[in-house]
Amino acid sequence: MAMLELRNLSKTFNPGTVNEKTALSHLNLTVEDGDFITIVGSNGAGKSTLFNAIAGVFYVDEGSIVLAGEDITYKPEYKRSREMGRLFQDPMRGTAPNMTIEENLALAYLRTAKHQHAFFSRTSKADRAFFREQLARLDMGLEDRMRQPVGLLSGGQRQALTLLMSTLVPPKVLLLDEHTAALDPGTAEKVLKLTKEIVAEHHITTLMVTHNMHQALGLGNRTLMMDGGSVVLDIRGEERAGMTVDGLLERFRTGAGKALDNDRILLS
Amino acid sequence: MVYVIQTALETGFLYAPVALALFLSFSILNIADMTTDGAFVLGSAVSAMMCLSGHPILALPAGMLAAAAAGFITAFLQTKLSVPSILAGIITNIGLYSINLMVMGKSNQSLFMVPTVYTLAQEAGIGGSWSKVIVAVLIVLVLCALLVLFLGTRLGLSIRATGDNADMVRASSINPTFTITVGLCVSNAMTGLSGALAAQSTTVADVNNGTGMVVLALAALVIGETLIGKGSMVRRVLGVVVGSIIYRCIYAAALRFNIPADYMKLVSAVIVGVAIAAPAVRRWAAFQMKKRRALAARKEER
Repeated sequence: MAMLELRNLSKTFNPGTVNEKTALSHLNLTVEDGDFITIVGSNGAGKSTLFNAIAGVFYVDEGSIVLAGEDITYKPEYKRSREMGRLFQDPMRGTAPNMTIEENLALAYLRTAKHQHAFFSRTSKADRAFFREQLARLDMGLEDRMRQPVGLLSGGQRQALTLLMSTLVPPKVLLLDEHTAALDPGTAEKVLKLTKEIVAEHHITTLMVTHNMHQALGLGNRTLMMDGGSVVLDIRGEERAGMTVDGLLERFRTGAGKALDNDRILLS
Repeated sequence: MVYVIQTALETGFLYAPVALALFLSFSILNIADMTTDGAFVLGSAVSAMMCLSGHPILALPAGMLAAAAAGFITAFLQTKLSVPSILAGIITNIGLYSINLMVMGKSNQSLFMVPTVYTLAQEAGIGGSWSKVIVAVLIVLVLCALLVLFLGTRLGLSIRATGDNADMVRASSINPTFTITVGLCVSNAMTGLSGALAAQSTTVADVNNGTGMVVLALAALVIGETLIGKGSMVRRVLGVVVGSIIYRCIYAAALRFNIPADYMKLVSAVIVGVAIAAPAVRRWAAFQMKKRRALAARKEER
């Protein structure tokens, strides 16, 4: 079954001005249930715009977005986030710095159906025990710091916490926008390992933007390459299993008619 | 001296809800809510009219409700109609001036010889000459307890997160429009309560009584946050009340030194200006020190 269907998506920013920019151009994509898709592409290829369109940061000019059979094209961002998890490159964006770890988790827990309308409910002992158990799996000692403000944590710890928050209630789709790119290599490794574990455990349909070509081929079951606001390459299965980084770059060149141009791309 | 302290305590507690209101809107939601002045008078006006019709106790929730409605309008302007938040408050505030005149039918309403919660308390024999202080203390403590409880609920957490990281709030499936609206309604309700109490305490509601209230309350808030500091929510909320009392002590002391009451607005403006500018000044001074040391070290090397 298709978990996410994007049909003919187009989005132009600042239309009719000198800054006009076609960020998405008639993009079509069908994401199957349980897919783990990695996405690579040139600078300005529309990778982040695609995520913003799916998450509902803006409405698309054309086309439709269908999540698990429901048309969400005109659903506002905060309603979509009930069924979507999202991580950004900047670890500061996913957590509230002046609130404690426990309070942040309590907010993430709001996404559960049974809590949705319980405005005046408070964090119960059972909730707290659940948060503690979940924090322990991060293996960062955060379970003993639940009363500390999140602002005291390192970038890696904050990103791991954000990952936990966006999957505390397993979402239908998880959007990862270079979520380990701003972390030091050791921490990035750890967050990536956690990502794999959590995604596998809950069988979460995941889309991940990366500029690390090895990651792009090594993670998940499907790789997309984007250029000029649409998908120019979509490889999976055997073709993907036998693919090398050089082969991928070559395919991009023939597919997009130019070399992959990304100043942050990591080839090794 | 006892009289000065009594007055400071009485007014400190009386105006503490306004400082708590700004704690919610300014410190937590990160919105400078200019509705405050008008909402305070609206609370006074509604309270005065309710007292005149013989309902001094009902006057308090009525004043809160009216002021909450004013907060709703400000919130509606800024969330749904994209009016910049400061301007939204100013617009509501100026509109409230006419509304307040309409509510009272004239520019001030005296409650001389009219039953109020204070006269009721006195008749009930609570506290003798300290009865005014006791009534205010009780109401403020209940308010503090409710506020702390409220901020611990999921709705309260959502409101706190809205001021802390709006991106994250949307990602947690909370609508910031909703949290800002609830936050401003609650904060203005507190301002209205203070106005309602003040009208009954001073036995007069005057359409000009709210002028500068937002700055006076900010002064109290800033004093509280500077002296008591941050920490748990209980500590922060009580800190705001302490700040309000300290501010009124300064006020009472100034009056003892025969500084005209009108000059207190200047004093408040200076307190708020200095306190809010302090971190920037401190950063600048630290940078200058560092620069001077670095330059001096370079000279020595040569």
